[in-house]
Amino acid sequence: MAEPTSNPVLDLPPATSSEALARNGRARAAWMVSRSNSSHIGGAYSMADLLAVLYHDILKVRPSDPAWAERDRFILSKGHATAVLYAILAERGFFPVSELADYGANGSRLMAHVSHGVPGVEFSTGSLGHGLGFACGRALSARRTDQAWRVFTMLSDGELDEGSNWEAILFAPQHRLDNLVAIIDYNQIQSLGDVSEVLELAPLADKFRAFRWSVREVDGHDHRAIREALSAVPWEPGRPSCLVARTVKGKGVGFLENQLLWHYRAPNAAQLGQILGELGCEDRSGGGDRVPSPGAPAVK
Amino acid sequence: MRTAFIQALIEEARRHPRVFLVVGDLGFSVVEPFAKEFPSRFLNAGVAEQNMTAVAAGLAAEGWHPFTYSIANFPTLRCLEQIRNDVCYHRLPVTVVAVGAGLAYGNMGYSHHGVQDLAVMRALPNLTVLSPADPGETTEAVAHLTSRPGPSYLRLGKAGEKTLHATRGLAAGPLRVRDGSGPVALVATGSILAVALAAAERRGQETGSPTPVFSCPWIKPVTADFFAPLWAYRRLVTLEEHVPEGGLGEMLAGLAPAGVEVRRLALSHEAVSKVGTQEYLRQASGLTVESALREVARE
Repeated sequence: MAEPTSNPVLDLPPATSSEALARNGRARAAWMVSRSNSSHIGGAYSMADLLAVLYHDILKVRPSDPAWAERDRFILSKGHATAVLYAILAERGFFPVSELADYGANGSRLMAHVSHGVPGVEFSTGSLGHGLGFACGRALSARRTDQAWRVFTMLSDGELDEGSNWEAILFAPQHRLDNLVAIIDYNQIQSLGDVSEVLELAPLADKFRAFRWSVREVDGHDHRAIREALSAVPWEPGRPSCLVARTVKGKGVGFLENQLLWHYRAPNAAQLGQILGELGCEDRSGGGDRVPSPGAPAVK
Repeated sequence: MRTAFIQALIEEARRHPRVFLVVGDLGFSVVEPFAKEFPSRFLNAGVAEQNMTAVAAGLAAEGWHPFTYSIANFPTLRCLEQIRNDVCYHRLPVTVVAVGAGLAYGNMGYSHHGVQDLAVMRALPNLTVLSPADPGETTEAVAHLTSRPGPSYLRLGKAGEKTLHATRGLAAGPLRVRDGSGPVALVATGSILAVALAAAERRGQETGSPTPVFSCPWIKPVTADFFAPLWAYRRLVTLEEHVPEGGLGEMLAGLAPAGVEVRRLALSHEAVSKVGTQEYLRQASGLTVESALREVARE
């Protein structure tokens, strides 16, 4: 768990609920993205609640033994949004919270697209459309060897433009992979515009149903609803599960919400203070950065 | 070669319980014996090479050693990023198998000509690249790969290739498959080795001075030292069913010490627009016994 630090963001009260895990994850992700002058905070925030419920209540994992054979496998396919995953993995004890200060820095293992060099990360992504097929392979292995563990993977909606996903979407029900759960972070905004303007996915749930998946839709920020849905998988024997999570890009901070800009922009010091304030994680350090900065200033 | 491959894979699968075969809906009348003997270790992933490769990577992450199998460019170029990111970057034991490399599917047209694969696969990290010339080299290659699982690429011909030699030891250096004398050697990778051997034979008949021939099934990883037996010659004439860029000849030219000339016979990098058999297209490309003899005899 966290090593002693003078940094208030790294020194947040330990989370005792999925809601607190999400809040701490958002706060730390903002701090990491800001000080490394990187991007994708909007997509990190839209899936923060889903990740928090997964890592607080759903996934069978052992932070002290990341390679535990019977663990559930989680694969982040939308690897660009990894800041909040790193923050949650650190808080869960996979590696020290203090290491989050290295995010995106020269020589760090905390790449700004999710990296398998980080404890708790199963698979590196960054190029979109890779996670689901890989997840299918792992789920197929479990199926063929009668293993009880499950495979969860998180995809973005824009990512579903990639045809490779649809190959995997065909594949999973064919092989009755009911140990596979795909979660779609359906925030409706992709890289250059609204999903509806670029390549409309609607009716998304029906598309998955037509491909023979078991589908549920959920408010992707309602922890109880997410928990109920994911606690009950598989929803139908013999079918993979797809949770279409309606989410808000930048969720949790007013000026970040539903803004394409925050797919790219790093918060500056003042914006970071505002973010931490809205999250209830006041920045007591005057910029959230008492640790020497490893790289560029946090203003883009 | 594909028959030798599947027979070797079955043999190795009996010894290595983690060997797994994943096909891209191809391999009719070839892969069935494996599927019949090892149904739980066989998968037809459908006409979906990206997913085939990603699924293989997922299987490999759980301890399997999958061989993905399809024709020419389908298991390589069609899913190149899955090989690069999912397999090579993660150092997962997936062997990509392309059958019909070079012009083996000549009359199927340019879509089926696997003539850029060596260049592309050589550029990927952590990947072992093998390009056998005949059934015997294929069998040895499969045994090598199954005993040392890792990211790898196996470039195969098609069917009916004759056994060309009995020299073994492909991991140790280029295989000296025909003895000879003089300052020039013929060097080939893949089934075009047959043309090199025919050229050497004719040269021997015509001059009484047999030309040595080397087969290079081992393409990557290599160092200059790996090819040390070749550096004893003043000139190497290379043959490959591949574009000049990034293939055997270019590799040897880059590694050869001063004083060793590399003359390269390869395919044109222009796309072939005419239909023809492998033999016809080799002729049309100048990849012939006559061309090889001309380069051997060049003053």
